[in-house]
Amino acid sequence: MVIEHIDAQLPGAITDRHDFRGDQTIVVAKTNFLAVVELLHREGFQLLVDITAVDWPERPETQGVGRFDVVYHWLNLANQERLRLKVPMADGETMPTLTATFKTANWFEREIFDLFGIRFEGHPDMRRLVTWDDFPGHPLRKDFPLDGGDAFCMEGCTAPYNNGERGGE
Amino acid sequence: MAELDINDAVVTTRLDAVVNWGRKNSLWPLPFGTACCAIEFMSMAASKYDLARFGAEAMRFSPRQSDMMLILGTITNKMAPVLRTIYAQMAEPKWVVSVGVCASSGGIYRTYATLQGVDRVIPVDVYVPGCPPRPESILFGIMKLQEKIEKESLSMRKEHIARFYESLERQETIQAEQGLTGQQAIRNMLAGAAERGAGTIF
Amino acid sequence: MEAPAMTRQEPDGDRMIVNMGPSHPTTHGTLRIVLELEGETIVKATPEMGYLHRGVEKLGESLSYTQFIPLTDRLNYCSAIMNNVGYAGAVEKLLGIEIPKRAQQIRVLMSELARIADHIVCVGVNAVDIGAFTVFLYLFKQRETTYDLFEMATGQRLHTSFTRIGGVFRDLPEGFVPMVERFLVECGAAVDECERLLSHNPIWHGRTKGIGAISPEDAVNWGYTGPCLRAAGVPQDLRKSQPYLGYETYDFDIPVGTTGDVFDRYLVRVEEMRQSLRIIRQVLDRLEPGPVMVDDPKIALPPKEKVYTRMESLIHHFKLIMHGMEMPVGEVYSATEAANGELGFYIVSDGGKNPYRIRVRPPCLPIFSSFEDQVKGALIADAVAVLGAMNIIAGELDR
Repeated sequence: MVIEHIDAQLPGAITDRHDFRGDQTIVVAKTNFLAVVELLHREGFQLLVDITAVDWPERPETQGVGRFDVVYHWLNLANQERLRLKVPMADGETMPTLTATFKTANWFEREIFDLFGIRFEGHPDMRRLVTWDDFPGHPLRKDFPLDGGDAFCMEGCTAPYNNGERGGE
Repeated sequence: MAELDINDAVVTTRLDAVVNWGRKNSLWPLPFGTACCAIEFMSMAASKYDLARFGAEAMRFSPRQSDMMLILGTITNKMAPVLRTIYAQMAEPKWVVSVGVCASSGGIYRTYATLQGVDRVIPVDVYVPGCPPRPESILFGIMKLQEKIEKESLSMRKEHIARFYESLERQETIQAEQGLTGQQAIRNMLAGAAERGAGTIF
Repeated sequence: MEAPAMTRQEPDGDRMIVNMGPSHPTTHGTLRIVLELEGETIVKATPEMGYLHRGVEKLGESLSYTQFIPLTDRLNYCSAIMNNVGYAGAVEKLLGIEIPKRAQQIRVLMSELARIADHIVCVGVNAVDIGAFTVFLYLFKQRETTYDLFEMATGQRLHTSFTRIGGVFRDLPEGFVPMVERFLVECGAAVDECERLLSHNPIWHGRTKGIGAISPEDAVNWGYTGPCLRAAGVPQDLRKSQPYLGYETYDFDIPVGTTGDVFDRYLVRVEEMRQSLRIIRQVLDRLEPGPVMVDDPKIALPPKEKVYTRMESLIHHFKLIMHGMEMPVGEVYSATEAANGELGFYIVSDGGKNPYRIRVRPPCLPIFSSFEDQVKGALIADAVAVLGAMNIIAGELDR
C-alpha cells in the first residue's frame, strides 16, 4: 500500500491517518505536501480526481489547527487504489499549486480560490471561476450566509430553510 | 365589368385587432436556454409536440431577428446582465415567456447565486410553472401569450419597454462611474430597489 | 457596458476576437468562450464558466440528506437518474448499508436507460452542430421513449428523484418491463441507423477525424474520465474497475478508442449505447420480486398504511421526517460511472441531520478546462465539434 511507502520514504510526513468505510485518508502538513505529491506521482497516482476544501471555522480555537482543510483525491489507474490527502491550513495562508504536475489542478484550484478564498502560490491564472470578478466574499465559507446576506434575495427570505442552524441537537 | 359593392370588398376593423392578429400568429422565438427546461424545449420543438402548429417554429438564436424570448432555465446573478443585454437587443415589439420555476421565482435555488425571478430585471408576460414544465405546459404558455397579444393595445407595450431601457441606461452609468461589473451593478440596483420596497429594478 | 477582463486585451495585428456565448446555440447551456482568431485559425481560446452556478453545494449544507436528492437531478439533467444513484450510493456508503438486490437491479436498469438518453443527446446534438440534422430526429424519437419510461416509473420525465437513501422510491409499475423490451428492439435499430448515417459518412469523417485528438497520458493528466478518456485509449470504467451495484455480475464490454478525437468519442458513445442495451437485457432476465428499500425503520420511511394504523410506524415516520437519519461522523468519497465520466460525491458528516459539507465532483469540469488545449491551432468550425463531443452539461459543470 502506498501509505507504507510514504511512511518508509518520508518518515514523519503523515501526521494523521484514518480509514473510514474503506476510504484511506492521510493528513499531511503543508511543508511536506509537495514531497508527498511527488512521491504519489511516482507511485502511479496519475489521476488527480478532485480538489476541494472544507471550512471548520471553530477549529483554530478548539484544536489550534487552521480553519481550512484542502482535500485532494487521487486515483491510481494501474491498481485502482484511491487515496485522500488532507492539508490543514489557516485563513490567509497560501497553498502551493499543483498545476505544474497536474494540469487538471488549474480549474479546481481556481474554484477553491473563488469559493473559499484560499490562494494557490504559483498558479498561472488565479482568477475567480464561477462567480464574477467583484463578487463580495467567498460563498462556501461557513460564515457566508446562504442568501448572500443582503437585500438581493427577495424580502422575507432572509432565513431560508434552516440556514445557519446545524441539525442533530 | 360589374360594379363592386364597397361592402363586399372591404372589411372594417380596428388597427389593433388586425396587427395583433398578425403578431400573435407569427411569433419568432429566441430560446434563451440555460438549463433543464431547455431540454424539454427541445422535445417541444421536435416532431412529437411540434411547435410549428402555433406559427412559432422559426427559431432564431439572434435576438435581432426574434420577438418572443423564451427563458428556459435558471438565470443566475452572473447571467443577469447578459439576459438584460439580449433582451435590449431584441426587435420590438417583444414578449417574454418565463419557463419553469427557476426563471419565474428562483425555484428551489434560494441562494446567493440565483436570481430570484427574472421579472426583477426584465419585464415578463407569461409565467409557466413546473420543474421542468412538460412540453404541453410550455405550449400552453405560448397559447396564453397569444391570447394576451390579441387583446393588448399597441401603445401600451411601448411605454412598458421604455421603463426597461431607462433602467439599462442607469445600469450602464453605474458600471462606468463606479467601475463595477454588470453583475455587481445589478446587485446594487436590486439592493437599492429592495430598500425602497420595490421588487424590480425597472 | 464595460467588457470583462478577458476581452479587454488588445488583439495584435490582424487578430480578431469572437465572443461565443454565454447564450449561443452550440454551447449546450451557458458556457462562454472568447476566441482569438487569425483568419480561421484559433490562436487563443479562453473558456469561462459559472453562468449556471446555482449554489448547490452551499444549499446542500442546509438541507437534510434526503432533501438533497432533488438537487442532484438538476446536476446533469440529461441523465438525472445517474446522479440520484451516485448520490444515494454515497450516503449509503456513509451509513454503511447494503441495499436489497432488486433495488440494485432497478438502479442498474434505470442508470443504463439514462446513459442511453444522455449519449443520444450528446451524439445527436453534436451531429446537429456539425450539420447532420437527420440523425438528431431519428435518435430523439428513442429519447422520447426513454422519457416515457422514466415518467412511467418515477412520475417525472426529466427530474426523476427516483432513489431514496436505502433503495428506490417505488417498485417498477406494471407494464414497464414489456415497454422496456420493446424499447430494446427499437433503440437497437435506431443506433444501427445512426451508425449507417454517420460512421461511413465522408463529411462526418472530414469534420471529426483528427479533431481534438489527445494522447492517453495527456488525457489522464487533464483529469479526463468517461467516454472522452476511453476514446483516448485508457480502458477505465468504474463499472468494471471498481464495480458497484453488482455490475461485476453483468456481461458487457468497454469500448476503447485510439486517438481520442471527436470521431473516436462518437464511436465510443455509440458502442456504449449497445453495451447498455446488453446490460438492460440481462437485468430484465434476472429481475426477481423482492423489496426495493432496506428494512430499517431508522432509514426507510414505513409504508403509509402502517403509519395510519400502527403507533410504532407513526413514531418512526415522525422521527425520520423531523430529526432525519442518524448519521455517523466521518467522510466518504463515492464515485460512479455517469454518462460523462466519474461522478463523485464527497460528503463530510459531523453527525447532524444535514451534511457538513457536500461536494460534487463533476466529470465535465476537468474535461472543459482542457478546451483551449484542444482547439488551439484548429479552425473555428472545429471548436463547435470539440465542444459537442466533450458533452459539457452546464448544470453539472457550474453546480
